[in-house]
Amino acid sequence: MSLSVKDKKIIKAFFGTISSKAEDVGKEALSRTLVVYPQTKTYFSHWKDLSPGSDKVRKHGGVIMEGIANAVENIDDLSAGLLTLSELHAFMLRIDPANFKIINHNILVAFAMLFPGDFTPEVHVSVDKFLSQLALALSEKYR
Amino acid sequence: MLSLQQQETVHFFILLIYLTDVNMVAWTDFERETIQSIFGKIDEDVGPAAFSRCLVVYPWTQRYFGRFGNMGSAAAIQANPMVAAHGKVVLNGLQKAVKNLDNIKGTYTELSVLHSETLRVDPDNFRLLADCLTIVIAAKMGADFTAEVQAAFQKFLAVVVSSLCRQYY
Repeated sequence: MSLSVKDKKIIKAFFGTISSKAEDVGKEALSRTLVVYPQTKTYFSHWKDLSPGSDKVRKHGGVIMEGIANAVENIDDLSAGLLTLSELHAFMLRIDPANFKIINHNILVAFAMLFPGDFTPEVHVSVDKFLSQLALALSEKYR
Repeated sequence: MLSLQQQETVHFFILLIYLTDVNMVAWTDFERETIQSIFGKIDEDVGPAAFSRCLVVYPWTQRYFGRFGNMGSAAAIQANPMVAAHGKVVLNGLQKAVKNLDNIKGTYTELSVLHSETLRVDPDNFRLLADCLTIVIAAKMGADFTAEVQAAFQKFLAVVVSSLCRQYY
Protein backbone atom coordinates (compact mmCIF):
# COMPACT_ATOMS: atom_id res chain seq x y z
CA MET A 1 0.00 0.00 0.00
CA SER A 2 2.78 2.42 -0.95
CA LEU A 3 2.07 6.00 -1.97
CA SER A 4 1.34 6.71 -5.61
CA VAL A 5 2.19 9.98 -7.38
CA LYS A 6 -1.49 10.91 -7.05
CA ASP A 7 -1.46 10.13 -3.30
CA LYS A 8 1.56 12.38 -2.74
CA LYS A 9 -0.06 15.23 -4.67
CA ILE A 10 -3.27 14.96 -2.63
CA ILE A 11 -1.36 14.74 0.65
CA LYS A 12 0.82 17.78 -0.05
CA ALA A 13 -2.23 19.81 -1.08
CA PHE A 14 -4.31 18.75 1.92
CA PHE A 15 -1.56 19.41 4.46
CA GLY A 16 -1.16 22.83 2.87
CA THR A 17 -4.88 23.43 3.48
CA ILE A 18 -4.76 22.38 7.13
CA SER A 19 -1.44 24.01 8.02
CA SER A 20 -3.02 27.12 9.57
CA LYS A 21 -4.95 24.92 12.03
CA ALA A 22 -2.28 22.28 12.56
CA GLU A 23 -2.07 22.87 16.31
CA ASP A 24 -5.87 22.57 16.65
CA VAL A 25 -5.78 19.28 14.77
CA GLY A 26 -2.99 18.02 17.02
CA LYS A 27 -4.78 19.15 20.17
CA GLU A 28 -8.03 17.46 19.10
CA ALA A 29 -6.26 14.25 18.07
CA LEU A 30 -4.29 13.93 21.29
CA SER A 31 -7.26 14.88 23.51
CA ARG A 32 -9.37 12.19 21.91
CA THR A 33 -6.60 9.62 22.18
CA LEU A 34 -6.39 10.19 25.94
CA VAL A 35 -10.18 10.17 26.49
CA VAL A 36 -11.43 7.53 24.05
CA TYR A 37 -8.47 5.17 24.58
CA PRO A 38 -7.65 5.70 28.28
CA GLN A 39 -4.83 3.16 28.25
CA THR A 40 -2.76 5.76 26.34
CA LYS A 41 -2.68 7.91 29.46
CA THR A 42 -0.03 5.56 30.81
CA TYR A 43 2.53 7.39 28.66
CA PHE A 44 1.75 10.74 30.28
CA SER A 45 1.82 9.95 33.98
CA HIS A 46 4.30 12.83 34.39
CA TRP A 47 1.64 15.40 33.38
CA LYS A 48 -0.79 16.71 35.97
CA ASP A 49 -3.54 17.80 33.60
CA LEU A 50 -4.61 15.31 30.94
CA SER A 51 -7.99 16.92 30.26
CA PRO A 52 -8.96 17.63 26.64
CA GLY A 53 -7.55 20.95 25.47
CA SER A 54 -5.26 21.48 28.47
CA ASP A 55 -2.10 23.49 27.88
CA LYS A 56 0.22 20.49 27.87
CA VAL A 57 -2.09 18.52 25.56
CA ARG A 58 -2.41 21.46 23.15
CA LYS A 59 1.32 22.04 23.05
CA HIS A 60 2.17 18.38 22.59
CA GLY A 61 -0.48 18.04 19.89
CA GLY A 62 1.37 20.82 18.07
CA VAL A 63 4.66 18.99 18.45
CA ILE A 64 3.16 15.86 16.93
CA MET A 65 1.75 17.79 13.97
CA GLU A 66 5.15 19.40 13.37
CA GLY A 67 6.61 15.90 13.14
CA ILE A 68 3.93 14.97 10.64
CA ALA A 69 4.55 18.12 8.58
CA ASN A 70 8.23 17.14 8.52
CA ALA A 71 7.19 13.71 7.26
CA VAL A 72 5.22 15.35 4.41
CA GLU A 73 8.44 17.17 3.42
CA ASN A 74 10.20 13.79 3.37
CA ILE A 75 7.37 11.92 1.70
CA ASP A 76 9.66 10.42 -0.95
CA ASP A 77 11.79 8.65 1.67
CA LEU A 78 9.95 8.41 4.98
CA SER A 79 12.37 5.94 6.58
CA ALA A 80 15.34 8.23 6.02
CA GLY A 81 13.46 11.40 6.89
CA LEU A 82 12.08 9.96 10.15
CA LEU A 83 15.26 8.21 11.30
CA THR A 84 15.91 10.45 14.32
CA LEU A 85 12.26 10.43 15.37
CA SER A 86 12.18 6.66 15.05
CA GLU A 87 15.20 6.34 17.31
CA LEU A 88 13.52 8.66 19.82
CA HIS A 89 10.33 6.59 19.88
CA ALA A 90 12.16 3.27 19.89
CA PHE A 91 14.84 3.85 22.50
CA MET A 92 13.65 6.70 24.67
CA LEU A 93 9.85 6.94 24.55
CA ARG A 94 9.31 3.23 23.85
CA ILE A 95 5.71 3.77 22.84
CA ASP A 96 4.04 0.52 21.78
CA PRO A 97 3.58 0.89 17.99
CA ALA A 98 -0.03 -0.27 18.34
CA ASN A 99 -0.69 3.24 19.60
CA PHE A 100 0.29 4.79 16.26
CA LYS A 101 -2.88 3.30 14.78
CA ILE A 102 -4.88 4.91 17.57
CA ILE A 103 -3.53 8.41 17.16
CA ASN A 104 -3.77 8.10 13.37
CA HIS A 105 -7.48 7.32 13.70
CA ASN A 106 -7.98 10.37 15.91
CA ILE A 107 -6.01 12.59 13.50
CA LEU A 108 -8.47 11.51 10.79
CA VAL A 109 -11.40 12.31 13.12
CA ALA A 110 -9.90 15.77 13.79
CA PHE A 111 -9.51 16.38 10.03
CA ALA A 112 -13.17 15.37 9.47
CA MET A 113 -14.34 17.69 12.27
CA LEU A 114 -12.30 20.71 11.30
CA PHE A 115 -12.27 20.35 7.51
CA PRO A 116 -15.50 18.50 6.63
CA GLY A 117 -15.66 19.86 3.09
CA ASP A 118 -12.01 19.13 2.26
CA PHE A 119 -11.75 15.70 3.86
CA THR A 120 -13.46 13.84 1.02
CA PRO A 121 -13.22 10.03 0.64
CA GLU A 122 -10.45 10.49 -1.96
CA VAL A 123 -8.40 12.65 0.41
CA HIS A 124 -9.23 10.27 3.29
CA VAL A 125 -7.78 7.22 1.54
CA SER A 126 -4.52 9.00 0.59
CA VAL A 127 -4.07 10.48 4.07
CA ASP A 128 -4.84 7.12 5.71
CA LYS A 129 -2.21 5.45 3.51
CA PHE A 130 0.29 8.19 4.36
CA LEU A 131 -0.27 7.94 8.12
CA SER A 132 0.11 4.14 7.92
CA GLN A 133 3.43 4.53 6.06
CA LEU A 134 4.47 7.14 8.62
CA ALA A 135 3.75 4.72 11.47
CA LEU A 136 5.83 2.07 9.73
CA ALA A 137 8.75 4.46 9.29
CA LEU A 138 8.44 5.52 12.91
CA SER A 139 8.61 1.86 13.97
CA GLU A 140 11.77 1.24 11.88
CA LYS A 141 14.25 1.30 14.74
CA TYR A 142 12.21 -0.66 17.29
CA ARG A 143 13.88 -3.99 16.61
CA MET B 1 -19.41 -31.86 52.88
CA LEU B 2 -22.43 -29.51 52.63
CA SER B 3 -25.73 -30.35 54.32
CA LEU B 4 -28.70 -31.10 52.08
CA GLN B 5 -30.14 -27.69 52.82
CA GLN B 6 -26.85 -25.98 51.94
CA GLN B 7 -26.63 -27.95 48.70
CA GLU B 8 -30.16 -26.91 47.78
CA THR B 9 -29.28 -23.27 48.40
CA VAL B 10 -26.20 -23.53 46.20
CA HIS B 11 -28.24 -25.20 43.43
CA PHE B 12 -30.87 -22.45 43.69
CA PHE B 13 -28.29 -19.72 43.17
CA ILE B 14 -26.63 -21.52 40.27
CA LEU B 15 -30.06 -21.86 38.62
CA LEU B 16 -30.76 -18.19 39.26
CA ILE B 17 -27.53 -17.17 37.54
CA TYR B 18 -28.32 -19.32 34.48
CA LEU B 19 -31.87 -17.97 34.22
CA THR B 20 -30.94 -14.33 34.67
CA ASP B 21 -30.04 -12.59 31.44
CA VAL B 22 -26.83 -11.07 32.66
CA ASN B 23 -26.30 -8.11 30.38
CA MET B 24 -22.60 -7.44 30.03
CA VAL B 25 -22.95 -3.87 28.71
CA ALA B 26 -23.63 -1.05 31.14
CA TRP B 27 -24.52 2.33 29.62
CA THR B 28 -24.14 5.54 31.60
CA ASP B 29 -26.93 8.12 31.28
CA PHE B 30 -24.59 10.30 29.24
CA GLU B 31 -23.77 7.47 26.82
CA ARG B 32 -27.42 6.50 26.40
CA GLU B 33 -28.53 10.08 25.79
CA THR B 34 -25.63 10.77 23.44
CA ILE B 35 -26.28 7.69 21.28
CA GLN B 36 -30.03 8.28 21.15
CA SER B 37 -29.53 11.95 20.34
CA ILE B 38 -27.09 11.32 17.49
CA PHE B 39 -29.25 8.65 15.88
CA GLY B 40 -32.45 10.59 16.53
CA LYS B 41 -31.18 13.53 14.50
CA ILE B 42 -29.25 11.64 11.85
CA ASP B 43 -29.56 12.62 8.17
CA GLU B 44 -30.70 10.04 5.67
CA ASP B 45 -27.48 10.39 3.73
CA VAL B 46 -25.23 9.28 6.61
CA GLY B 47 -25.64 5.57 5.80
CA PRO B 48 -24.78 6.00 2.10
CA ALA B 49 -21.94 8.43 2.98
CA ALA B 50 -20.32 6.03 5.47
CA PHE B 51 -20.77 2.94 3.31
CA SER B 52 -19.45 4.59 0.12
CA ARG B 53 -16.51 6.05 2.07
CA CYS B 54 -15.68 2.54 3.30
CA LEU B 55 -15.67 1.20 -0.28
CA VAL B 56 -13.32 4.04 -1.34
CA VAL B 57 -10.96 4.08 1.64
CA TYR B 58 -10.75 0.27 2.00
CA PRO B 59 -11.28 -0.95 -1.56
CA TRP B 60 -10.96 -4.63 -0.68
CA THR B 61 -14.37 -4.31 1.01
CA GLN B 62 -15.83 -4.14 -2.50
CA ARG B 63 -15.35 -7.90 -2.72
CA TYR B 64 -18.82 -8.49 -1.25
CA PHE B 65 -20.63 -6.27 -3.72
CA GLY B 66 -19.83 -7.59 -7.18
CA ARG B 67 -23.46 -7.26 -8.21
CA PHE B 68 -23.51 -3.51 -7.51
CA GLY B 69 -22.10 -2.61 -10.92
CA ASN B 70 -19.71 0.28 -11.49
CA MET B 71 -17.38 0.89 -8.57
CA GLY B 72 -14.33 1.72 -10.66
CA SER B 73 -13.61 5.11 -9.11
CA ALA B 74 -14.45 7.15 -6.03
CA ALA B 75 -16.88 9.19 -8.13
CA ALA B 76 -18.56 6.06 -9.51
CA ILE B 77 -18.94 4.57 -6.02
CA GLN B 78 -20.45 7.74 -4.61
CA ALA B 79 -22.90 7.98 -7.53
CA ASN B 80 -23.85 4.28 -7.50
CA PRO B 81 -27.56 3.91 -6.57
CA MET B 82 -27.12 0.34 -5.24
CA VAL B 83 -24.37 1.58 -2.92
CA ALA B 84 -26.66 4.32 -1.67
CA ALA B 85 -29.55 1.90 -1.15
CA HIS B 86 -27.34 -0.47 0.80
CA GLY B 87 -26.03 2.39 2.92
CA LYS B 88 -29.64 2.99 4.03
CA VAL B 89 -30.07 -0.71 4.87
CA VAL B 90 -26.97 -0.56 7.09
CA LEU B 91 -28.18 2.55 8.88
CA ASN B 92 -31.59 1.00 9.53
CA GLY B 93 -29.79 -1.95 11.08
CA LEU B 94 -27.95 0.42 13.42
CA GLN B 95 -31.21 2.16 14.39
CA LYS B 96 -32.49 -1.23 15.53
CA ALA B 97 -29.52 -1.49 17.89
CA VAL B 98 -30.19 2.02 19.22
CA LYS B 99 -33.80 1.01 19.99
CA ASN B 100 -32.53 -2.06 21.86
CA LEU B 101 -29.46 -0.69 23.64
CA ASP B 102 -29.86 -3.13 26.52
CA ASN B 103 -29.91 -6.18 24.30
CA ILE B 104 -27.94 -5.51 21.15
CA LYS B 105 -26.48 -9.00 21.38
CA GLY B 106 -29.93 -10.65 21.23
CA THR B 107 -31.28 -8.18 18.67
CA TYR B 108 -28.41 -9.00 16.31
CA THR B 109 -28.40 -12.80 16.61
CA GLU B 110 -30.01 -13.37 13.20
CA LEU B 111 -27.96 -10.62 11.56
CA SER B 112 -24.81 -12.21 12.91
CA VAL B 113 -25.75 -15.62 11.52
CA LEU B 114 -26.59 -13.97 8.18
CA HIS B 115 -23.20 -12.22 7.94
CA SER B 116 -21.33 -15.35 8.98
CA GLU B 117 -23.17 -18.16 7.19
CA THR B 118 -24.70 -16.55 4.11
CA LEU B 119 -22.74 -13.39 3.35
CA ARG B 120 -19.46 -14.74 4.73
CA VAL B 121 -18.10 -11.32 5.63
CA ASP B 122 -14.69 -11.08 7.31
CA PRO B 123 -15.59 -9.47 10.66
CA ASP B 124 -12.69 -7.04 10.38
CA ASN B 125 -14.82 -5.25 7.79
CA PHE B 126 -17.32 -4.28 10.51
CA ARG B 127 -14.56 -2.36 12.25
CA LEU B 128 -13.59 -0.59 9.01
CA LEU B 129 -17.19 0.47 8.36
CA ALA B 130 -17.52 1.62 11.98
CA ASP B 131 -14.43 3.83 11.57
CA CYS B 132 -15.89 5.39 8.42
CA LEU B 133 -19.18 6.04 10.23
CA THR B 134 -17.25 7.80 13.00
CA ILE B 135 -15.52 10.02 10.42
CA VAL B 136 -18.86 10.92 8.75
CA ILE B 137 -20.51 11.77 12.08
CA ALA B 138 -17.46 13.81 13.12
CA ALA B 139 -17.72 15.79 9.87
CA LYS B 140 -21.45 16.41 10.46
CA MET B 141 -21.16 17.38 14.13
CA GLY B 142 -17.91 19.38 14.07
CA ALA B 143 -17.09 20.81 17.48
CA ASP B 144 -20.16 19.08 19.00
CA PHE B 145 -18.35 15.79 18.44
CA THR B 146 -16.38 16.20 21.65
CA ALA B 147 -13.96 13.58 22.98
CA GLU B 148 -16.64 12.36 25.43
CA VAL B 149 -19.26 12.09 22.67
CA GLN B 150 -16.74 10.22 20.51
CA ALA B 151 -16.05 7.80 23.37
CA ALA B 152 -19.77 7.06 23.77
CA PHE B 153 -20.27 6.68 20.02
CA GLN B 154 -17.28 4.37 19.60
CA LYS B 155 -18.39 2.27 22.59
CA PHE B 156 -21.77 1.80 20.92
CA LEU B 157 -20.11 0.78 17.64
CA ALA B 158 -17.80 -1.62 19.49
CA VAL B 159 -20.83 -3.36 21.03
CA VAL B 160 -22.53 -3.50 17.63
CA VAL B 161 -19.41 -5.01 16.03
CA SER B 162 -19.00 -7.50 18.85
CA SER B 163 -22.66 -8.57 18.57
CA LEU B 164 -22.31 -9.03 14.83
CA CYS B 165 -19.26 -11.22 15.38
CA ARG B 166 -20.92 -13.31 18.05
CA GLN B 167 -22.39 -16.13 15.92
CA TYR B 168 -19.24 -16.70 13.88
CA TYR B 169 -17.52 -20.03 14.42
